Amino acid sequence: MTMTTAYMDNNATTRVDPLVLETILPYFSEQFGNPSSMHSFGGDTGKRLEWARGEVQKLLGAEHDSEVIFTSCGTESDATAILSALAAFPERREIITSVVEHPAVLTLCEHLERHEGYMVHYIPVDREGRLQMDRYAAALSDRVAVVSIMFANNETGTIFPVETLARMAKEKGILFHTDAVQAVGKIPLNMQDSAIDMLSLSGHKLHAPKGVGALYLRRGTRFRPFLRGGHQERGRRAGTENTTGIIGLGKAAELALEHMAWENSGVRRLRDRLEAGILEQVPYSFVNGDLPNRLPNTTSISFEYIEGEAILLLLSRVGIAASSGSACTSGSLEPSHVLRAMDIPYTAAHGTIRFSLSRESTDAEVDWVIAQTPPIIAQLRRLSPYWGVNGPIDAEKAFSPVYA
Amino acid sequence: MWDYTDKVKDYFFNPKNTGVLEDANAVGEVGSISCGDALRLMLKVEPDSETILDARFQTFGCGSAIASSSALTEIIKGKTLDEALKVSNQDIAEFLGGLPPEKMHCSVMGAEALHAAIANYRGEEWVDDHEEGALVCKCFAVDAVLIEKVARENNLHTIEEITFYTKAGGGCESCHEKIEEILAKVHAGEPVAAIPVSAAQTIAASAVSKPLTLVQKIQKISAVIDEMRPQFQLDGGDIELVDVDGDTVTVAMSGSCMGCQMSGLTISGIQERLMLVLGRPVRVIPVQMAHAVGA
Repeated sequence: MTMTTAYMDNNATTRVDPLVLETILPYFSEQFGNPSSMHSFGGDTGKRLEWARGEVQKLLGAEHDSEVIFTSCGTESDATAILSALAAFPERREIITSVVEHPAVLTLCEHLERHEGYMVHYIPVDREGRLQMDRYAAALSDRVAVVSIMFANNETGTIFPVETLARMAKEKGILFHTDAVQAVGKIPLNMQDSAIDMLSLSGHKLHAPKGVGALYLRRGTRFRPFLRGGHQERGRRAGTENTTGIIGLGKAAELALEHMAWENSGVRRLRDRLEAGILEQVPYSFVNGDLPNRLPNTTSISFEYIEGEAILLLLSRVGIAASSGSACTSGSLEPSHVLRAMDIPYTAAHGTIRFSLSRESTDAEVDWVIAQTPPIIAQLRRLSPYWGVNGPIDAEKAFSPVYA
Repeated sequence: MWDYTDKVKDYFFNPKNTGVLEDANAVGEVGSISCGDALRLMLKVEPDSETILDARFQTFGCGSAIASSSALTEIIKGKTLDEALKVSNQDIAEFLGGLPPEKMHCSVMGAEALHAAIANYRGEEWVDDHEEGALVCKCFAVDAVLIEKVARENNLHTIEEITFYTKAGGGCESCHEKIEEILAKVHAGEPVAAIPVSAAQTIAASAVSKPLTLVQKIQKISAVIDEMRPQFQLDGGDIELVDVDGDTVTVAMSGSCMGCQMSGLTISGIQERLMLVLGRPVRVIPVQMAHAVGA
């Protein structure tokens, strides 16, 4: 009997699409030339890089292909954007970001705050993970060099109103950057009619290989390179191009555009079915985030009174890959900063599981997850001191450990 | 995914002694839901001999927390309370074939629950001295709270001193920046003390250029082993140089070093030091020490 498996961790990374793989393979062997070289070994590679740039341009709905700068990953794109804005506006010493950003942005901002003397405004979110707009509006001023707020949250899928945020920033002459790593390929974009100045994306979240990303940089935006050296990427990102990665990203962008409608219909339907199927069977569970306003592929479900790593280990044993907001999977002692920022109670935050689908997800996989998850939750609850026979026990009375 | 031993996996997937022990006469409860793990240990103690007849647990926590709880119940069944009090968190970790350093607190929780349960049986009050911070040194599982406390109490100023007192930073050295930050916090306001260049770095600077003779090479390698040896001995183990063959260095390890989940990390720490000193790639192979050391 072959075991059914279900890969439900596409927000962590996606499988390289077979068509992407086929497209890039020749560029490891026959077409290995450096795109900067004069000889014919490099000739076709250079053309293919420009083709890839065009495909990413189309996916983003950008006006010019020269607005796309290839990088090594989403983190590099984020750092490039933020540090460029700070260097371009040295007299502005403040940064605005949100409390639920990816560490690529959050850790950098904390570093700038601690070691470079910047003042950082961390905009809080509400219980549904929505940005507190009044706090955002209050933080905007001509002292702010850059706003960096994510397009969609990686843990809950909650989508932020980045277009509105960008327009508000623009009124104060502030550059607006968005980490759109989770959004690109899942949400249609039209950068030519946008107020966003800079946008980060990552290849491996949309079925391209790992190790390639891109930064969208609106024409006319003041820019300072992160890596200086050669003339690559018009001098805006030195370093020999990751040709296979970039060509792969180009192909992946082309495919993402083709599948955009499916992402927002077929994938969404699967996600909704998965969510409903689990909630229906499992008491004391709930979905996190701004429910009507989420990425079509993501669901974050909290299972109360149990711990996420234990759930993941048992899911993994039946071939299901997901991820958790629990502290124990990361080695830190606090559960996910996103769930804590949303004020999800500890009873639930530790037991939160993210299922993230892709265009490759199937009904059979969803059926498998719906069948396997409820007994696993029940099994762990039987072990939990916070769980009685059919529901949670009154922790105050029945279980009060020596220290809290 | 964590690199759990087969025994940890077995005790997680098929935990023994779970659920409520109805006629328990000793109960220890530790942890909290906000910490992410909590454990209730229930014992049935035979009053005359104070023998633990049965033990069961309920745990809210990760895989290794559940495995540690289950292992604890297996270890203490049949023991008297006095015997059980000698069970340490290392015993629990060893029973499971080792735990990842980030997960050692799971075994600590087990030991605490045991002490709490015995205190409960004897009508004493168990006082928790549990304090835990972010893990700084992954090689030796030392957290920020401990480093800060030791640095303050002993007025320590350098990474080297921290390593001597806590072992933190003595392995792969990747936590040195964090230790520096803690030292800066402890000594905020004081003039900055220069950090002495470690012996290894001094040797490295003078080494490399011309190839070493075999004798020189062996001398350098054994100097590194001697330098690191006190850390192993602090841990109740030992390390010795056995052989040098080309770029392969064989070392013998004993005591709690061998079979410890951290031995892999330790080996890579030694390897890194040796490469620094010799200026070329080196492979370190650990073997079990042939003769028994100590009692």
